[in-house]
Amino acid sequence: MGLLDFFKKKPTTEQKEKLDEGLEKTRSSFINKISKVVVGKSTIDENFLDDLEEILISSDVGVDTTVKIIDRIEARVSKDKYLGETELNTMLKEEIIGLLSENESPIHNQETKPYVIMVVGVNGVGKTTTIGKLSHMFKQQGLKVVIGAADTFRAAAVDQIKIWGDRVGVEVVAKGMNTDPAAVAFEAVKYGSEVEADVVIIDTAGRLHNKVNLMNELSKIKRVMDKQVDGAPHEVLLVLDASTGQNAFEQAKQFTASTEVSALALTKLDGTAKGGVVIGISDQFNIPVKYIGVGEQMNDLQIFDGKNFVNSLFS
Amino acid sequence: MFENLSSKLDKAFQTLKGQSKLTELNIAETVKEIRRALVDADVSYKIAKDFTNRIKDKALGGDVLTSVSPGQLMTKIVNDELVELLGGETQPIDLSGNPSVILIAGLQGSGKTTFSGKLVKHLKSKGRNPLLVACDVYRPAAINQIKVLGEQVGVSVFANEDLKDPLAIAKDAIKHAKANNYNVVVVDTAGRLSVDEVMMNEIGNLKSALNPQEILFVVDAMTGQDAVNTAKVFNDKLDFDGVVLTKLDGDTKGGAAISIKAIVNKPIKFVSTGEKMEALDVFHPDRMASRILGMGDIVSFVERAQDTFDKDEAAKLQKKMRKNQFDFDDFLKQLAQIKKMGNIKDLMGMIPGVGKAIKDVDIDDDSFKGIEAIIHSMTSEERQSPQILDGSRKQRIAKGSGTSTTEVNKLVKQFDEMKKMMKQMNSSKGTRAGKMPFKR
Ligand SMILES: Nc1nc2c(ncn2[C@@H]2O[C@H](COP(=O)(O)OP(=O)(O)OP(=O)(O)O)[C@@H](O)[C@H]2O)c(=O)[nH]1
Ligand SMILES: Nc1nc2c(ncn2[C@@H]2O[C@H](COP(=O)(O)OP(=O)(O)OP(=O)(O)O)[C@@H](O)[C@H]2O)c(=O)[nH]1
Ligand SMILES: [Mg+2]
Ligand SMILES: [Mg+2]
Repeated sequence: MGLLDFFKKKPTTEQKEKLDEGLEKTRSSFINKISKVVVGKSTIDENFLDDLEEILISSDVGVDTTVKIIDRIEARVSKDKYLGETELNTMLKEEIIGLLSENESPIHNQETKPYVIMVVGVNGVGKTTTIGKLSHMFKQQGLKVVIGAADTFRAAAVDQIKIWGDRVGVEVVAKGMNTDPAAVAFEAVKYGSEVEADVVIIDTAGRLHNKVNLMNELSKIKRVMDKQVDGAPHEVLLVLDASTGQNAFEQAKQFTASTEVSALALTKLDGTAKGGVVIGISDQFNIPVKYIGVGEQMNDLQIFDGKNFVNSLFS
Repeated sequence: MFENLSSKLDKAFQTLKGQSKLTELNIAETVKEIRRALVDADVSYKIAKDFTNRIKDKALGGDVLTSVSPGQLMTKIVNDELVELLGGETQPIDLSGNPSVILIAGLQGSGKTTFSGKLVKHLKSKGRNPLLVACDVYRPAAINQIKVLGEQVGVSVFANEDLKDPLAIAKDAIKHAKANNYNVVVVDTAGRLSVDEVMMNEIGNLKSALNPQEILFVVDAMTGQDAVNTAKVFNDKLDFDGVVLTKLDGDTKGGAAISIKAIVNKPIKFVSTGEKMEALDVFHPDRMASRILGMGDIVSFVERAQDTFDKDEAAKLQKKMRKNQFDFDDFLKQLAQIKKMGNIKDLMGMIPGVGKAIKDVDIDDDSFKGIEAIIHSMTSEERQSPQILDGSRKQRIAKGSGTSTTEVNKLVKQFDEMKKMMKQMNSSKGTRAGKMPFKR
């Protein structure tokens, strides 16, 4: 099996159930509202669109994207005005999937070994936890994983990632607290090459994207890895919290500017937050969403599938 | 880049241009724009709707003074309503118990543990003898995290690594506090989702057993539309006493503050503005309103300047702004420093009056060239006392800087507005929006 081949696999039934479960709360309110909106409407009228706007906005989709979706629906409906519930539902789904999948880049096989993933994001979104879960996932695929503990700032950050390493049985390269994070990243990548790891994952300290110095530090952490392994990091994973509102757009923008984010992970989807922010970001920044977090345990990570995601919302 | 709220309101007010009275008809578009802008700032959709309906009623009912344009009137109404909604009575935290128990609750990663550390530091500095209690038995290294913070602020931490029962730990902690003369006990708890019944019951039980004087709900200022759901469920369960808004050092508008206030009507008692233990502040409704409205937050600007710039420089700048002695030399220095920072537009937006001026400009380092050239062409006397700039001086400056008198005039006018705004920020609270100069 090629490295990272498993990315392409569709979620298993079990995973699908878990996703459904995780999204149940999200869906139930979403679907109730959609049905309420759609049932008994045979034409698209102002009220329908107003209600739709409310649903989308209340899911953090954002005004611009919502307007875009509504415009598209309007454009499609203007020709043949009369529509049933099913058609409207389908159309709505199609439009949202369209926004997501436009950016759904295939995940490339990497000949490179180790494949280096750098994980970035603002404070408390779930970076470290996602790394724990990711490592577990990789390990289950029979891949050798090394973690770099490059959050040397937040209290007990190194302890936290070490506990995750123990939990999932993955080695953690750490140099302790308050050491140079770039040096840790460098060491981890170096060690990963030495032990012929398939994947090296670098944890970084949470930082708000408007802190110039911290963002510069992140660029530096990213740069040093390339000196050890060509092209590293091969993936920069930006972790977003599903409960975050429109500020997530700015996060995507600024982290992309300083680290060329190549993929997104959306965490805490097991809560009531709708995560609609993903639709807008995926649409605006052309960065695919790769993973979703649906809990705090090591199995609570899933591969994002746009169709699956939207289907789960509307099923 | 978000288009800031004030510029959106400006746009909405544009539709009122030339009209002297607010009518149901001419106000509709404006109301819609305000609602849209609030929603963009993460205010809950429903709450934004209610809010704008209230605004509309007020605007329609009120007298339209001939001296005030509809746009200005609306701005004032919006701002006043926001300040009123966010403000209200704020009681200090209740420390009457012996020991007083403060229970901290909130979603995962919202900043509870960090805030707990800050709170005990704050209490200690007020002469209290606080104890920090580690009741998060789930998160990896949660106990170590709180121990590190306790050590940083010099406050004892009560923990029990072997006991996986938060309730038992908390009870032990209170006994321990009583026996050792700690007079405030701050209980940090694990993050939990409002839909997690088991965990919500756990915190409910903690409340019943500890009977805390104060329950604080910690929420991330970046939270979007979900803020209403979560705040409501936590409040239904805990009837908490106050809200802590964290990560306000970011650039989020923080509309969640409005949603939460509107839905549970509990005061925002603290704000968290950084990862360090010092970064704790009391809540200022007027600052928050102007932040959400994108009207510039001079205080944040200065604080951020201090973060990045030379401390002495920044202090000088702050003083000059206060005394309204800010001149073109300062402006020039500021531009030079800002240019070093990268995120220019964002930062500039924090200066009252500037956000609007630069909203359509695609700012890169060259964007300031024109402005700098103009200022460089001024004599030092002119820079320090811009009021002496008459027609012929302006002509000379335009020539010297390779610009036009129109551009010189524009800069001088913007500079004046900026100063005016700074003055209002300093002198008045809550009413300043009414005096805001709007270009039309
Ligand atoms: N319910 C739920 N909680 C999560 C999820 N992902 C992370 N968390 C929790 O969120 C909190 C913060 O997670 P961390 O992994 O420490 O976040 P981080 O981004 O590494 O934080 P910093 O390093 O401090 O910036 C922890 O309590 C996690 O257990 C998720 O998908 N669902
Ligand atoms: N920039 C900034 N970061 C903050 C602030 N408050 C907390 N943080 C950071 O946010 C992250 C999460 O903070 P914690 O205090 O661990 O959050 P928590 O609510 O205790 O998390 P759980 O216990 O996992 O639910 C850490 O990286 C903190 O350093 C703040 O006001 N500003
Ligand atoms: Mg972390
Ligand atoms: Mg905590």
